[in-house]
Amino acid sequence: MNIVVCVKQIPDPASPGALDASTHALKREGKLILDESDAYGVEMALQLVATAGAGEVNIVSMAPNGETSGMRTALAMGAAKGLLVSDPALAGSDALTTAKVLAAAITKLGGADLVIAATESSDGYTGTVPEQIAEVLGLPSVTFAKKVKIEGSVLKVDRQSESGYDEVECTLPAVISVTAGVVEPRYPSFKGIMDAKKKPLDVVTAGDLAVTPTGWAGAGQKIVNVTQAEARKAGEVIEDDGEAFGKIVVFLENLKLI
Amino acid sequence: MTINNIWVFAQGTGGVATTGTLELLTKARSLSSKVTAFVGGDASAFAASLGEHGATKIYATGDLAGKLPGVALSAAIKMIIDGGDSPDVIMFPQNYEGRDTIARLSVKLNRTVLTNSIDIADSSDGVVATTPVFGGNILVETVFTGPGPHLVSFRPKSFVAEPASGGAPEIVAVSVPDLGAQGGARVVATHTEQTTGPKLDEAAIVVSGGRGLGEAGNYSLIEDLAKLLKGAPGASRAIVDAGWVPYSYQVGQTGKVVKPSVYIAAGISGATQHMVGMKGSKNIIAINKDKEAPIFGIADLGIIGDIHKVLPKLIEALKSRS
Repeated sequence: MNIVVCVKQIPDPASPGALDASTHALKREGKLILDESDAYGVEMALQLVATAGAGEVNIVSMAPNGETSGMRTALAMGAAKGLLVSDPALAGSDALTTAKVLAAAITKLGGADLVIAATESSDGYTGTVPEQIAEVLGLPSVTFAKKVKIEGSVLKVDRQSESGYDEVECTLPAVISVTAGVVEPRYPSFKGIMDAKKKPLDVVTAGDLAVTPTGWAGAGQKIVNVTQAEARKAGEVIEDDGEAFGKIVVFLENLKLI
Repeated sequence: MTINNIWVFAQGTGGVATTGTLELLTKARSLSSKVTAFVGGDASAFAASLGEHGATKIYATGDLAGKLPGVALSAAIKMIIDGGDSPDVIMFPQNYEGRDTIARLSVKLNRTVLTNSIDIADSSDGVVATTPVFGGNILVETVFTGPGPHLVSFRPKSFVAEPASGGAPEIVAVSVPDLGAQGGARVVATHTEQTTGPKLDEAAIVVSGGRGLGEAGNYSLIEDLAKLLKGAPGASRAIVDAGWVPYSYQVGQTGKVVKPSVYIAAGISGATQHMVGMKGSKNIIAINKDKEAPIFGIADLGIIGDIHKVLPKLIEALKSRS
């Protein structure tokens, strides 16, 4: 069972995001970290390979600036090796180009029995890349997986739906996207962190993978305006003195809701 | 450009068109006189309603027999386009079926996608979609620079559904082509979570709980209060991820978008993820022990306090009135 996990390295969500003034793209300078949404996919992959008893977990990622610290986190959790597609020409790429690049990276690693991604990234959240990768690779896919197991050559997934969940069976190879909370991601051990520094992590360009066009030119979309939304103002804020519940009652009364 | 031919990815449930579908059709008919609804399933039960909201033609695939919608419906749409009916724009809902289909179709047509949009306009520069970022504080307008069909998905409640005087549309049956290896996934069973009371995204009052509840057992405070107010209980992503309540309770970017008369956020700090899904509420009441919590920045009434003290008293006060 060989699994490739697609991960994204993003600016720390704890610091406020900003748009570049000239390109209107999300600023990505400074240290990037492993998107927390992707830790679930890495953990799921490690558990599935452990259950299968053979195979390995590999990591692919795309970044414009050679950043690998987020990928090292995934290697420290237990993934075997990584492939980063890094190319300044990739800055400004849309989701479709991202999917083509990641699909080519997966192919370069020799393909996989299963490809795992998060349902969407925490910073850009276009939310289409996993399904686009499946289409590029010509594979079946199950998105929004909240429970995953493999029985023989059949993938069994509980897939979230608007009203509950569906049980889905799928042939392998396949692509799945996993929701947050599907498993509890492990923390890298000290030994894992030390080992990760020696694990293979290759860096290639989009050109090496023969993917064109990339970046702004290939995006097919252009930001033409950025405006401040009408801000919602804060109202009355009070400290509870034991009677603040009464304020809520009056508030609801005034709206004729009670 | 001029939009001459616009499609809406339309959905029905229990023989009724979804509100989201009618919202998109209402917007579509303001952009073009030729509006086609594409239905992945049987459309006969709600065709009249689609027509009333602007559809002049319906493509319907009939039952998908367990095939996953994304791969099947994108293949069906591609076949219609290859057959000569190529739209300028296809509007999708930002939900499971819409997301999967727009993604597959984007590869099949080699077209970019714009998702999470809240508005669309036809300008001299081209088709422009508006998308909120950073929790809705900033609006980004993006124009499609390549050829159509332009693929855009919209967050729920971006438009208001209004019927017009449209007649019954023509229904054209379309088939799903052979999917080969890509059709390897099948739905073998469907599970529906039973809920009582009003639906989360339609309720006049929503009471949501977050991490501040402390533990799963305390969610009953949220349910009790929601029931007393004839509202719906909701949740932040944090407690859904923690497994305290099912995903169908989640309000936010990856959950439901709600716009009730009153939204009560209890023990929710107000992560961007959450605010995107509820800041359109007419009135917001927030209770949180951290006075720095971002939720207070958008609350009409903010109470800095312990929800384990405030909520039981509020519940008692409401009970004594009824």
